[in-house]
Amino acid sequence: MRILVVGGGMGGTIFANHLARRIHHEMKTGKARITMLSASHEHVYQPGWLYVAMGRTTPDELVREQQGLLEPGIEFHVDPVEEFHLADNHVKCKSGKVHEYDVIVISTGSRPMPENIPGLQENSINCYTAENAVEFFRQLSDFKGGRIVVTVGLPHKCPMIPLEITFAMHDFIQDRGLLDKTEFYYTYPIGRVHSLENVAKWAAPEFDRMGIRYETLFNMKEVDGKNAQVLSEEGGAVKYDLLVAVPPHKGQEVIEKNGLGENGWIPTNRTSLHMEGEYGKNVIILGDTTNLPISKAGSTTHFEAEVAAENVAAVIKIGRPVRSYDGKVFCFIEAGKDRATYAMFDYQHPPQPKAPTGAVHAFKMAYNQLYWASARGLL
Amino acid sequence: MSERVVDARGSFCPGPLMELISSMKMMSVGDTLELLSTDAGSAADVPEWIKKVGHEMLDTRQDDAGTWHIRVRKAK
Repeated sequence: MRILVVGGGMGGTIFANHLARRIHHEMKTGKARITMLSASHEHVYQPGWLYVAMGRTTPDELVREQQGLLEPGIEFHVDPVEEFHLADNHVKCKSGKVHEYDVIVISTGSRPMPENIPGLQENSINCYTAENAVEFFRQLSDFKGGRIVVTVGLPHKCPMIPLEITFAMHDFIQDRGLLDKTEFYYTYPIGRVHSLENVAKWAAPEFDRMGIRYETLFNMKEVDGKNAQVLSEEGGAVKYDLLVAVPPHKGQEVIEKNGLGENGWIPTNRTSLHMEGEYGKNVIILGDTTNLPISKAGSTTHFEAEVAAENVAAVIKIGRPVRSYDGKVFCFIEAGKDRATYAMFDYQHPPQPKAPTGAVHAFKMAYNQLYWASARGLL
Repeated sequence: MSERVVDARGSFCPGPLMELISSMKMMSVGDTLELLSTDAGSAADVPEWIKKVGHEMLDTRQDDAGTWHIRVRKAK
């Protein structure tokens, strides 16, 4: 069986490594082959950009060579796919090379699109790329006081980041002795401070305790840089001195161009993770690339990748899949510089977040290093 | 004019209202959307947002399985 993995991010890597460990014998005897195609030779631990924005790590510490993360036997090419021919079971890459497959896994991720909101790109900072996170730290370090506004676009990657970045900036400003000169103003698209009701119930009193003001039902429409204000779909206007954005996201352009999904999100079955439609039988979609109504987060991708790998291995060995994805997500929530909590939930069970502790924060810091074992399929 | 269905059953995060807002950004004025939600809160928070922004509520019903079907039209 020829398994083709498109995308060398978290989903593709965890899938490929988990699968390779399960079908080691089949790969060795030539009965199965795993090929990965990626747009980059690097693998980036994206959750680390939050810490870059706070000056607690640097971008180079978040990057590894992709080839070195892969199990022996996985064929790896830096050659992005440009054409998907799902009816004929092949893809065509930028180099012109064609790769045929029996099963394809598409895990191409998402990208921030601040340019989709007029004025946002040029008037705000965000921590969704290495360069932007460094710029974030530069502007936050230079901040001498005033109003910091957090504005949130939809949909976005990492649903905890609006809260995390707000708590982190609060502690950063506090440590610099600027809290009495700074006002934090948090805005959020729906009628509470977070999408998860129980997380919102925990976070709102934390905001009150820290003196962080907030406005809900605020969906940014445009940023008026001349007057330093962000305008909302709901008719609101908020003045800022420093505008911190969680930009709206889209899937990758290649997905849209090939007609696989509107805005780059591919229609996906919520339990089998197969692409919906005529050609979905041997097409698996992972992570941000799906259109599933669940968090676009690394942990979502991780749990989906494990299920998909186990199923493909089972199909090779016993002829049928063995597991369904149950919507499991586990997200740490950094509640400042030295405390954290977490939210764990699935399709059936909402999260029950606990009060933040130093121990959970320490575990999150450890996980930031353990991630590289996780990507290798060891954790 | 097109009609789309957003199946947000079992969605805690980002949740039905955020799914609806995201989808409405991709729609044209006059298009309609039916949101499927198992969150009872959707029956209240979706109309609240639709009214605040100035879109149009079409109808809301709950089926025998407990799923809310909320239909809206993009008005601006």
